[in-house]
Amino acid sequence: MTDTTASPGTGTVSAEENRARIRKGLARRHRQEAIFRGMGVAAIAAALGFVAILFGMIIFKGAPAFWQATLTAEVYFDPEVIESDPRPVQQEGQSPADYRAELLRWERAVTLSNWNAVVADSIRKLAPDMELERKDALELVTSSVRYKLRDMFVENPDLLGQTVSVSMLGSANTDVWLKGNIDRSLADDRQQLSAATRELADRLAEEGVIRSAFAWHIFTNVDSRSAPASAGLAGAFVGSLYMMLVVIALAVPIGVASAVYLEEFAPKNRLTDLIEVNINNLAAVPSIVFGLLGAAVFINYFKLPLSAPLVGGMVLTLMTLPTIIIATRSSLRAVPPSLRQAALGLGASQTQTVFHHVLPLTFPGILTATIIGVAQALGETAPLLLIGMNAFVANVPATPMDQATALPVQIYLWQGNENRNFFEARTSAAIMVLLGLMIMLNALAIFLRTRLEKRQ
Amino acid sequence: MNSTLIIAALLLILLSLAYQIGWSKSRTISSSKQEKLHSRPVYHGALVAIWALVPALLILGLWVLLGDTATRQFIMAQLPQEIVTEGGSGLVTAIQRVRSIASGFGVAGEIQPFEQAAADALRYFTFITFMVVIAAAAGTGLLALLYARRRIRARLRARNEVETVLRIGLIACSAVAILTTLGIVASLLTEAIRFFSFINPLSFFFGTVWNPRFATVGTGGEGDYGLLPLLWGTIMVSAIAMLVAVPVGLMSAVYLSQYASKRVRDIVKPIIEVLAGIPTIVYGFFALVTVGPFLSQLGGFIGIEIRATSALTAGLVMGIMIIPFISSLSEDILQQVPRAMRDGSLGLGATQSETIRRVLLPAALPGIVGAFLLAVSRAIGETMIVVLAAGNSPVLRANPAEPISTVTVTIVNQLTGDTDFAGPQSLVAFALGLTLFAMTLLLNVAALFIVRKYREQYE
Repeated sequence: MTDTTASPGTGTVSAEENRARIRKGLARRHRQEAIFRGMGVAAIAAALGFVAILFGMIIFKGAPAFWQATLTAEVYFDPEVIESDPRPVQQEGQSPADYRAELLRWERAVTLSNWNAVVADSIRKLAPDMELERKDALELVTSSVRYKLRDMFVENPDLLGQTVSVSMLGSANTDVWLKGNIDRSLADDRQQLSAATRELADRLAEEGVIRSAFAWHIFTNVDSRSAPASAGLAGAFVGSLYMMLVVIALAVPIGVASAVYLEEFAPKNRLTDLIEVNINNLAAVPSIVFGLLGAAVFINYFKLPLSAPLVGGMVLTLMTLPTIIIATRSSLRAVPPSLRQAALGLGASQTQTVFHHVLPLTFPGILTATIIGVAQALGETAPLLLIGMNAFVANVPATPMDQATALPVQIYLWQGNENRNFFEARTSAAIMVLLGLMIMLNALAIFLRTRLEKRQ
Repeated sequence: MNSTLIIAALLLILLSLAYQIGWSKSRTISSSKQEKLHSRPVYHGALVAIWALVPALLILGLWVLLGDTATRQFIMAQLPQEIVTEGGSGLVTAIQRVRSIASGFGVAGEIQPFEQAAADALRYFTFITFMVVIAAAAGTGLLALLYARRRIRARLRARNEVETVLRIGLIACSAVAILTTLGIVASLLTEAIRFFSFINPLSFFFGTVWNPRFATVGTGGEGDYGLLPLLWGTIMVSAIAMLVAVPVGLMSAVYLSQYASKRVRDIVKPIIEVLAGIPTIVYGFFALVTVGPFLSQLGGFIGIEIRATSALTAGLVMGIMIIPFISSLSEDILQQVPRAMRDGSLGLGATQSETIRRVLLPAALPGIVGAFLLAVSRAIGETMIVVLAAGNSPVLRANPAEPISTVTVTIVNQLTGDTDFAGPQSLVAFALGLTLFAMTLLLNVAALFIVRKYREQYE
């Protein structure tokens, strides 16, 4: 071929040259090919590397937080320290309000006893030779221990004068010290614990009195400011749960109904075009704008309560609606038209065709869309900050109208806590819980989809 | 709570009764008169049920809306004149006390005679109104039921009527999307206009200083509300994010769609998409505790000062977040390029990379540009990463290694925990939100336009 294209007179030499040139060019082109391909591999490697680093970091930092320094001490409910009348009993004819007031008065009196002394005494007994000051002894355990003892007593006033062994949670600072999350060589004035308490902690850890126990309270306790070691996710979890229920109850029916209308019934006119453009736009509106909408309309105009999961759920509903609508529409579109034609041909009305024949087939698609939408709503933080869900809430919300916070917002609050040494791990642990929930939701979606699709 | 249960039970009874009546009457007609029904009995039942339910629900809805106000007015009428005229917290407490006495729970402390009297009256009032409301709801429901029952004929087009009601419901649901957009635009506009009554729009849009002094209202300190430092921060972070995300995202899309075997694709693609599902707060935390300190150390190593919270940190992590967005959109678009173009190029002897660079990418360019615009709009609206990792320093700076602030961060800072939109300090959040909304809207419309146009070209 080279011979025919080469100009006459130059002959085979030119063909040789040509071949050499092509070979050279080919080498260059193959090199370029390899480089390009290498870039692709590098991009994939970078993306996979990011995933690995992200998860590795979270697990590396968060996993240790699930085990916390815990100790068991013998507590003597000293009648000389705990001053208490007998617990009141509801008299006949006494109104519930009066009884509750009297009970509260009694509980207040019990609370006023010097519980710190009880705690400190039981800790001193663990190391009798150290002659600890009360402050140093108290530093070892989390400050909620005294409420734990008080609650035990309120529950069972017969404990007075008895000795019981009680499991106590180490304080956040003890935990940090024993885990080595703080530089041990720092000078005394820069340490969070006093020298005596550090010595005590080390000694008790060596003796095996302080153990590392699985921190179930992360799942069962609510957030706490005064006793960070016992802070947990229960309140945030219930808040998130309420919001997800609201999202499912509102977003799924509304989303599926509008998808059905737009895909199956809507005439092609200006109005439906407008709705279409609208939904596509809403899907791309930044989430924080939905937060502004919630603050202005739900909170400021309709005067709904601040920090309520109901309002949060409504804001998240508006945010997830486009996702559900778009996904449902695409699964409606995937139903073969022959099915509709067959139903219509046999005399079914359009409504019957859609509701009896088309919609049941899209069930797996709708289910997947719902779960994806819920997972998206579960991880959203920014709009919730604007409707006051970042308030500190110290109890589990009983109804969706109570003050509450949400899992991602709890993460935001914890990462901002000034006790960095302790809360960095705790925040990572909370992230692990959140990511675990999301992975479970997505796995459920995949599982259900494959199962339901197989059945059809 | 108890009354809610009673009402729900009554509604349920009404509903099933109506359905049953409609169903059986239509059956009787068809069997006794030997006439053929137009609609099946199910539809007759449903139609009667709808007829019975709607008026009952309307009355109950009115009670929910107005009932609390009416009860309040009634209690106030029972209380002594001086408490009502004084108003304030005393009145609120008095009403609360009367309510809890009436509920049977009682109150702590001495119950005054007027309180007891008011509570007794209230208990009576609540009982009577409850009964009246239920009777009214049930009565109208029954009347409507009877009317609907009388309408039942063999020729009655019950199915068509039920379907109309159903369709109205569907249309109402689709209207929610429009209402949401209207709500966003209306609330942003009204509050932003209120903000502009404090601050000149020109000094907002073109001001270069951001310093909203948290002055107590009335001391005169208005503060400066210049948008430009925030806008610059937003643009800088988004640009850095795109610099990270575009090469990685695009090259992964190319590799996955053109080179990778099916097995590699099936494993790698879901893993990359995991990045899209991670909540942004997690990225923010990652930026704050890992990427920021790492960049800062790296900077110290090569002799540049990089702050741990900076535009660079936030942009880098945001770029990671956007990678799956760009890669999956680009992959879709690359798949849409007709196979013939690719085969033609390969058949002429071009290598695979030449085909991709000279044929596939130019053909897919409009779509990819559209995907980039969507990615930019996502980067602009991203909040939590910048809140945590950008350093919140609203100053015009060119150095990406310094802390900055963005539009979204400022919205969060100005509005968090503050809901009486009295001063410009909190209202500015809506002006910022309006700016953000307008920017993302423009980007989205442009992107949709480009993508749609491109799709028509090949379909």
